[in-house]
Amino acid sequence: MGHRRLHPLVMILLVALATLCGRALPTWTLSLATVAASNALIALGIVILARTGNVSFGQGLFFAAGGYGVALVANAWGITDAVTQMIIGAVCGGLLGLVIGPLIARYSGIFFGMLTLALSMVFYGALVKTTALGGSDGFNVGRPSLFGMVFTDPRAADFMLYAVSVVTTGLAGIAATILFRSELGLASLAVRENNLRVEYLGMSANRIITINFAIAATFAGAAGAFALMAQRHIDPQFAYWTTSGEFVFVAVLAGYQSVAAVFVASLALELVRSFSNLYLPNTWQLVLGVFLLGVILFLPRGIGSLWVRGRHKRIEPAAAAVATQREAAQ
Amino acid sequence: MNFFLTIILDGLIQASWLFIVALGLTLVFGVLKILNIAHGSFYALGAYVAATAVTLAAAHNLPPSVGFVAMLVSVALIASAVGLLLERGLLKMFYGRDEVVLLLVTYAVFLILEDVTKLIWGVNPIYATQPYELFGNVEFAGLYYVGYDLVLIPISAAIGFAVWFGLNRTVAGKIVLAVIHNEEMSVSMGVRVNRVYATAFAFGVLLAAIAGALTAPKISMQPGLSSDVIILSFAIVVIGGLGSVEGAAVGAVLVGLARSASVHLMPQAELFMIYLIMAAVLLFRPEGLFKRETARRI
Repeated sequence: MGHRRLHPLVMILLVALATLCGRALPTWTLSLATVAASNALIALGIVILARTGNVSFGQGLFFAAGGYGVALVANAWGITDAVTQMIIGAVCGGLLGLVIGPLIARYSGIFFGMLTLALSMVFYGALVKTTALGGSDGFNVGRPSLFGMVFTDPRAADFMLYAVSVVTTGLAGIAATILFRSELGLASLAVRENNLRVEYLGMSANRIITINFAIAATFAGAAGAFALMAQRHIDPQFAYWTTSGEFVFVAVLAGYQSVAAVFVASLALELVRSFSNLYLPNTWQLVLGVFLLGVILFLPRGIGSLWVRGRHKRIEPAAAAVATQREAAQ
Repeated sequence: MNFFLTIILDGLIQASWLFIVALGLTLVFGVLKILNIAHGSFYALGAYVAATAVTLAAAHNLPPSVGFVAMLVSVALIASAVGLLLERGLLKMFYGRDEVVLLLVTYAVFLILEDVTKLIWGVNPIYATQPYELFGNVEFAGLYYVGYDLVLIPISAAIGFAVWFGLNRTVAGKIVLAVIHNEEMSVSMGVRVNRVYATAFAFGVLLAAIAGALTAPKISMQPGLSSDVIILSFAIVVIGGLGSVEGAAVGAVLVGLARSASVHLMPQAELFMIYLIMAAVLLFRPEGLFKRETARRI
């Protein structure tokens, strides 16, 4: 990856451009792009965590925690500000991630996935039976505002949400690229390759996994806040395993090589979903399934492999990173 | 006293069909190392096919017992065909890839089958209650039970015993165990591993579909059936230890009892309890209750 690094300032410019583009987009694409950005944020978290070799099948837990946290605070104290809500969601997800992270950092592979799935289903089961939170029907929240501005025009409100979610996801993407190049990011790859050797080198594999897990949880919590603002309604489905499955779907579609690929994959998924919803209303899951199989079969390294060519095509990503480091040192 | 008996019997009835589903899941994982998310869809497929068979039999004025047999035979045929087709036509292409990738392949199959069942059988609830009256009502310790429910317990025990016996006491079973233990060595000893894979997967599908067929008269078939069942059977195999037959039995009984106990004692905790047990087992014995520790490679 070392041969064509974008400068963070260029990335910020790209994010600003994407945000302004929203002004020109038709209304239906705005809400679609908002959902895509929010899903991309969670998938980005999964990609970050996957660099340690662990895939979480329970990101719905943090997604729901963020959503419910925001919804409760919003209804109790009348907070409607979109940015504040996003921060509340991120904090809820992140705190929960910090509690759960150390517990499950000890597990790997399929057990890690199953445990995250189990925890999200515990949360789902609890939510369904909690009548104070509306049980399986959930409850509604008010329309979000921004910095004291109230948007009565639905188009303006949609654009506001689009802008906030795209900027947040874009900033998270930039943060992720910086993270990937940092010591922690490289150590994460080492954990995936062989966590015992990482321990021998004097680093704590559990701590590296926990930090990545908490970051992923924070992203998922913030995305939960966006989903809540977009739907103005929340229900336990946020924590159901099929919701989490979709996020992993986006991450696999994207592949683990490029941050930009996560956005492209998320947008592609939403487009496929809304078009098949439109033209094949009863078979959109079928289309999604075939799409997923096609990507796994023909693009085994994800959509990102379409443009991340690289000289290290045949080398495992982790080995590639090590090779880059070695070149840099010489 | 009666109260506890009710809980235990209800739990065992639940456990009986859950065990058959979980047995298929655990076998497929043991042999192919695939955690099959689509397993619940095969359960649903079995239930739907059974409903069609029962309805057809009833439409031709056949007695319920014939309908019951017709339902099992048709489900067995269709499930084996679907299983072989999926393994040879699809899964084969992904062997050797990461286990998470394989899991996602089965997730894709789950999504596809979800819509295929909707396309064939529609979204409205379907019933197939005729065989449910087949065994009448049984009085047991002052309580009335539907005979069909009680018959499920010995059926499930027989299937479990047959699988255990087949695996541990027959040559074919020993070959399967050899493949589970060491695939490369089995290949070099002349075992046709491809054939074992295909058979094991088809057998797993068959078990899920048979469980679906057996429960079809008890429930209403509608979309969402598969995603609930898969999550229950995941809990069972994780509690018992992935790939262990005994574990699946113990897990099924535990989950069945937990379900019926919470239904009778604390209805609001029903879903919650099962996942809580699963999470607790994973936290303290991640390999499950019945799996021996294996040495890890450094």
